[in-house]
This record gives sequence, C-alpha cells and structure tokens, in this order.
Amino acid sequence: MKIPVSLRVNGQAHSLEVHAHHTLLELLRDRLNLTGAKECCAEGECGACTVLLNGRAVNSCLILAVEADGEEVVTIEGLAANGRLDPLQSAFLEKGAVQCGFCIPGMIMAAKYLLATNPHPTVPEIQAGLAGNLCRCGGYSRIVDAVAAAAKAER
Amino acid sequence: MDNHWIGRSAERVGGVDRVTGAQRYAADIRLENVLQVKLVSLDCARARLNAIDKRQAAKIEGVRCILTAGDLPGSPLGPTPRYGPTHADRPVLAVGETRFFGEPVAAVAAESEDGAELARSLIRVDYEELPAVLTIDAALDPASPLVQDPEIRGTDPRAHTNILDEWHFEWGPGWGDVARAEAQCVIENDYTFPMVTHFAIEPHAFLAAPDSNGVTIWSPTQHPFVLQRVVASVLGWPISRVRIVAPDPGGGFGGKGWPKYEPLMAFLALQTGRPVRLVLSLEETFQAARRTSARVHIRSGFDVSGQIVFQDIRADFLIGAYADIAARVVSKASYAACGPYRTPNARIAARALLSHTTPSTAFRGFGTPQASWAVESQLNEAAGKLGIDRLEIRRRNLPARGEAFIPGDTPADGDWLLALTKAADAIGWHDPLPSNRGRGVSFGLKSSSTASASFVIARLHYDGSASILSGTSDMGQGARTVLTQIAAQELGIAPDRIAMIMGDTSVVPFDSSTSASRSTVFMGNALIKACRDIKLQLRRMASETLQVAEDAIAVEAGRIRLPDRDVSYADLLKACFGPPRGEVIGVGQERNRYIADHPLGGKPAFWELMCAAAEVEVDLETGMVQILKLVLVSDIGKALNPAQVEGQDEGAAVMGLGHTLMEQLILDERGRILNLGSLDYRIPTVEDTPLKLHSILIENGDGPGPYGAKGAGEGGILAIAAAIGSAVNEAAGVTIRDLPLTPERVWRAIEGGTGHRFLWPVSY
Repeated sequence: MKIPVSLRVNGQAHSLEVHAHHTLLELLRDRLNLTGAKECCAEGECGACTVLLNGRAVNSCLILAVEADGEEVVTIEGLAANGRLDPLQSAFLEKGAVQCGFCIPGMIMAAKYLLATNPHPTVPEIQAGLAGNLCRCGGYSRIVDAVAAAAKAER
Repeated sequence: MDNHWIGRSAERVGGVDRVTGAQRYAADIRLENVLQVKLVSLDCARARLNAIDKRQAAKIEGVRCILTAGDLPGSPLGPTPRYGPTHADRPVLAVGETRFFGEPVAAVAAESEDGAELARSLIRVDYEELPAVLTIDAALDPASPLVQDPEIRGTDPRAHTNILDEWHFEWGPGWGDVARAEAQCVIENDYTFPMVTHFAIEPHAFLAAPDSNGVTIWSPTQHPFVLQRVVASVLGWPISRVRIVAPDPGGGFGGKGWPKYEPLMAFLALQTGRPVRLVLSLEETFQAARRTSARVHIRSGFDVSGQIVFQDIRADFLIGAYADIAARVVSKASYAACGPYRTPNARIAARALLSHTTPSTAFRGFGTPQASWAVESQLNEAAGKLGIDRLEIRRRNLPARGEAFIPGDTPADGDWLLALTKAADAIGWHDPLPSNRGRGVSFGLKSSSTASASFVIARLHYDGSASILSGTSDMGQGARTVLTQIAAQELGIAPDRIAMIMGDTSVVPFDSSTSASRSTVFMGNALIKACRDIKLQLRRMASETLQVAEDAIAVEAGRIRLPDRDVSYADLLKACFGPPRGEVIGVGQERNRYIADHPLGGKPAFWELMCAAAEVEVDLETGMVQILKLVLVSDIGKALNPAQVEGQDEGAAVMGLGHTLMEQLILDERGRILNLGSLDYRIPTVEDTPLKLHSILIENGDGPGPYGAKGAGEGGILAIAAAIGSAVNEAAGVTIRDLPLTPERVWRAIEGGTGHRFLWPVSY
C-alpha cells in the first residue's frame, strides 16, 4: 500500500506516493534523484545522510518518508544558490577539508544547522555539533577549521 | 621553467562536485531497466550446505533470478568458477561449505530492492553448522579442520595445513651464537594486533550490464585493471571483452583494492541479460574485507650502547578464508619488519594462516603497522632497560642516507635522523611532564611499490587544451589534483583547461594499481614523459610547418618560442593541421622492473617513512587515554600539493588512533562478528582526535618521483600505535602489548599492576 506524501525539498513542492516503510533518505535518493545525501550505516550513527527537516539536522535514514509529509526539507543540493557556493561549501574547499567527499554532504548539512543555531561556535562546540558525522579520510581538524572559517565569513 | 603549479596547495579537482552533492559515486549511478541484487548468507561462519530451496522466493513478484553455486556455468578454472588476484581460490558463490560469516550462498535479482529483500528472506538453506577455525592457535593446530579443500590448492606442499604460505628472510654474518653473545640485552615478547575493518564511509557498490562487446562492470575499485583481468579470467574471456568503469571511490584504504563481488555481478548480468545493481550495507562491507590480525613473537638483542645486534621475529598473520591479497601483505610487511634500523642480523619467519573469517585484504600500511607495533615497542623496552633515552636509542640505530639496512636492497633514501629531531622538537620532548602524562615516539617504514607499471596518454587538443587519460583511481588522496598540477606544469596550461580522465578501462591505458602510495611517483613520472613527448612533437611540427631549425625552437610555459616570436599551441596546431584539424598525442610509461630472485619481485622504488610523537594523558580511574598532541613527520621528498599531503598524513594518523585505542572486530565462537556495524564498532569521531595534530613535511627533493617526490598517504598510520603505547607506559606505568588500548584494557593493567614503568632518561 502506498501513502500520499507532499513535501517541499529545496524550495520545490513534490507530491508522491510512498511505501510506509521507506525512509526520507530513500525518497530523496530513489524518487527525487537527489543523491547528495548518502547512505552508509543506515542506523543513524554516521551522519552521511544528514539533511535539514524544518531547519533541524536529522539523519534522513531514521525518518520515514511519510513523517516528512507537509514538511520542508533542505539537502546539500539546495545550498548553492544561482551557482554561488554557500560559505560552508567554499570554506570546506579552501581549508582542504574534502578528501573522498562521501561524508561531506552530511558534514556540511550538520554544520549548517550548527551555525544556524550557534553562529559563533567555539572549537568544542563545533566538535560537539559534528560528533554524529563520521569521516574516515581526514583527521577532522580541517573540517573544524572550515566550519570556524565559515562562521567568521558570515560574521 | 617557472614553477607555477608544483608545491602549491591547489584546490581539489572535483572538489566543487563533492561539496554540492553532484559527485556521482557508484551507488548514485542510475541504469535503465536495472535489477536490484541482494545476497543470502548464513548466521555462522562455517557450515556444510545440504540444499538451497528457492521455491518460495521465486514466487515473489518481480524476482528474475536466484543464483546459487549450482547454477553457475563451469569455467576454465574448474567446475566451480573461482577467482582471486594471486590465488584463484574463492568461489563466486559458496560451494559445498561456507567458510566465513557473511559468505554469500545465493544471490537474488529482482525488479525492486523490496522484492529482492523479501525473496532473500524466503530462501531456505538446509545446512549443518561445523566447528570453525577462528584463532591463530586453532589455525596452527594439526587437529583443526582445514579451511580450504586441499584439492583446490593443487601441488602446494602446505595443502594439508591451514598455512596458505610462509616466508623466511635471514641475513647477517653474526647470526647464531655470535649474535647472541654480543647481545647484552635480549628482550622477548609477544605482541598482538586486532582484526579491524576499513570502514570507508562509502559501502561497496557494484553494477554490471551485458553489452554488445561482453560485459561492463561499475565498481569503486582502486585497481580497475586488476578487476578487468580477474573478471575476464573467471569468465574465460579475453580482457578486451570486459570493461571496468570505476567511479571515484568514497574512501578505499585497500578495502576496495581487490575483486570482491564483481565476478558474481558479471554472472548475474549475463544470466539475466539485464543490468544488475548491488549496494552492500555497512554490515556486509564489514563481512567483505578487513585487515589481517597478527601475533608477533619477537626476540631482540641489543648491545650496551643500545645498538641492535639482532632481531628474531616470528609473525603469524590470521588471514581469512580466501587468499585475496593477504599473501602479498604478509610477505611484504615481514620482509621490512625490522623497520628503518641498521639490523646486522635478522631472522624473520612469517606465516599467512587461513581461518574461517572475513578474507583479509590490503589495508593502509599493508601489514606494516602490525610489525611496527612490535619492533618499535621492543626498542622502547630496550631503552628502558639500558637506561637510554628513547630518541637516543633510535638515533644510534638509524642508517645514514645511502646506507643499506636490508642487504642488497634499496638503501636509506632520506634524512631519517632529521625526522626524529623534528618530531622531538615539535612534541617538546624535553619539557617537564605533569603527572599522568607521557610521551612516546616511533618510526614506521613501509616498502613502496616494487615491480609495477603505469601507462598514460596525454592529448593536446586543437584549441590548446588537454585531456589526460590515466588508470589511477582518485579515492580521496587527490590523484586527480596532483596529476593535473603535473600536466599543468609540464605543458604550461592552466589546470582549468585540463581534463583528467580516469576510471574506464575502455578509455584509459593500463595501470597496475592505485596502491602502495605509488601513483604520484609512477603515474606522475609517466605523465611527465607523455607531456615531454608532446613537446618534442610540437617542436618538430613547428620546425616543419614554420620552416625554422628545430634547435632554434623551445617549447616552454605553454608557448612555442621561435627566434623572433612566440606562437600559442592553438596557433601552431591550426597552422599545422589546417581545416581538417587534429591533435597531438603523447604517451608515457613508468615501470619498475621485475627481479625474479628478489624476495618481493623487485626493489621498493622508495621507502615511505613516518616518525610520530605523541603526548597523552591517562585517566587512572577509568583507563581513558586522551591524545593531547600528536606530531607527524613524513619524509616525502617533495610535496606537490602540501595541503593534500598533510591531509593524508593526518587522516592516516587518526585512522591509526582507531586500531590503537578502540577498533577491533570481536568474534563469537561461531565466527560471527559481534560488533557488526557502526553502533558497536567505533571509529574515531571528531571528538576523539588529538587536541593538537601537527603534520610536518621533510622536503629534500630526494625521491624518484616528479620533482623529487616520494609517495605519501600510508605513512601516517604506520607509527601511531607504538608511539602511543610508549606514552601510555610513561603516563600510567603499564606495559600493554595487545591492541587496542581500550579504557578497559588500560584500567585492568593499572589495577592489576601488569608491567612496570620504564625509567627512560631524557637526554638528547
């Protein structure tokens, strides 16, 4: 049985029918072809699937698609506007925080939420904000530097 | 020539796609008409397969194929198609018996993932669980069952044991009684290193589709040409009928190096006549690849001054049920097990032991972290016993540049003492230590690529832009960026006019592998030759077209310099080719030759060296180890892109903190992984990183690669465990020879009073 769902993703309205057991991540990736959010652990530990749901960072693998009915979702694809990168995206590149890149969409969305709620975080606050996002390529310090630099740039 | 592009931290090529979500990894590829694949495995490691009942599963709507070993066509390799990079020992699907937890016994292809998932759950496997070989001792026990059927091991004299292979390396005139007598301090210990998993954030994903030529496979593989060879071989086809498309891996670390489920996917695509897609869960990825665990028994002899007299090493590596690349891991790591030290007498015996566990494969460092943990810890113990500073004992044993430390092999190719000095200075080795704190220092030395080859094609287009066709994989190390910088430098073209084409065996020429930190050196050198080939051709073309003597023409900084004027590439090509147009094609190759009687088949092109120093604080109440400061010094010849080298060193070091402090796969008595998945198997998070992480690069331009570069990328992981182990000893007075140094293990050691604090003088 399929259930109708209407939601806005990156400002665009979508109405579709989904299976009750499908996650928001599956909706985004398989139905809307927004593959920026990644699947790794599928149990809310790695953060690779992080998106904003009504402005809050969530693991989209733990949210059912039907739970997003009527809600507003922002994914990594929704950050750059008119070809201009978000300050976080620029900072990640400038600080050399990106290696293989697989964790980066989730990492940037978690950082986006962090800066929205705490525009001038300390280093421990940045670390706490990103503690749910795993990276295996880097030493994390460049990611922390990038978030700090983005916060400064927006000041 | 002006140096515009080398040594600059140029922005990552492909970076924008990675921060915008546009980068397409394997699981993001969408093929029309694709079938979704799920694997069926058992809830134990070893079982006899009696029957597989597909009837219920086959009734599920949308199920198109259920494959078991019995459904596979025979192959030239025998009745059951088997494959592997060095030993064709792994069946495409389990046949007769399963040999590790998670080994697929069947695969389902269906129109939807839900359908495949449901069908998978309905496949009934009639099996009888059998006792499994899960430890080194069990593997060595003659009473234990054999992991592999002796029949598939052919004439191998070890076919009736669980020893896949073994190696003996020995050198030194004084080995034996003389060496023993000279050694005034002999230390003998066992060190263990856990099974760990790669945990790339991208789980493995594979697609395959039949095409008019044969079959195409999409896999985030590090070595597309190995995969092409292995798939062709298992199908009994010529290489030309197999095309591998390798999207940039979302992290590799060795786990995506060697063929995994691609042969199965090829059979599924051919059987169904449809594209097929398999995305592993993280749990299935844990079951597909891991690092080999090890127990290293080591006797080390030193004279009173702390100079090494001998190393007597027996290293047992518990590999998995199939060889994968484990034999190479064990032989290569044990050959250089004595580390970067003058070792006048050495006896190294190493064994690769089969077990009913996940097939172990390459993992960043390729066996070296296991050996380094033992040898470096021995040095620290000797320093403690002899009353010598841990820096000093290393200083006394480091070879000078040009000195052979493994007889007849590549000599010391760097200023290794400088690395030690820089690490000591940066960590503040002489500064007073507050209580519960300690410092440690360690080296790690890895043999780089031996016999291997890279080919590359550089195309200078009609408008003066260029495309480079290279078989290297960019798995995050930044190969695209560095190779683009090299091409930009050599051709004098801005990077944004260069396309770096990778990862399609139907387009790019042969490359051995993206492993052993070899790409910058091998592919980089090949690329320089290809660019110089283009420039030679341009001179000749300019001479013929413009009627100027060839020796009066120079090609530099992207221009054709004539005695009286400059011409752009585009103008020369226009003048030369005219309206039909054309392009200039340069080719390059770099090969390190195969030496039949060398233990590794060739000398390492360079040594990858890391010196790490750590300062830690141990909470005596809980056993928690906090890394206050970690210093990494790598001897890399020349950093073509410093930010990327530092990023690799830092990332490798934090990965090293994983196996040092927290990571270990835990098996139950049935061979199941108990901590299967991210909830129970923890890797370092941003909150586990050192408070200060400092990466230092030594650039003496003394490498064999472009502009004096050596390879990098693995170094950072090599020396972490022993540096931290020694620091924990100094901080808490405990000697622990088993990794990881979990809070529980450290706390128990503190409570139980195991080991003692070495009293190292600090005098440097």
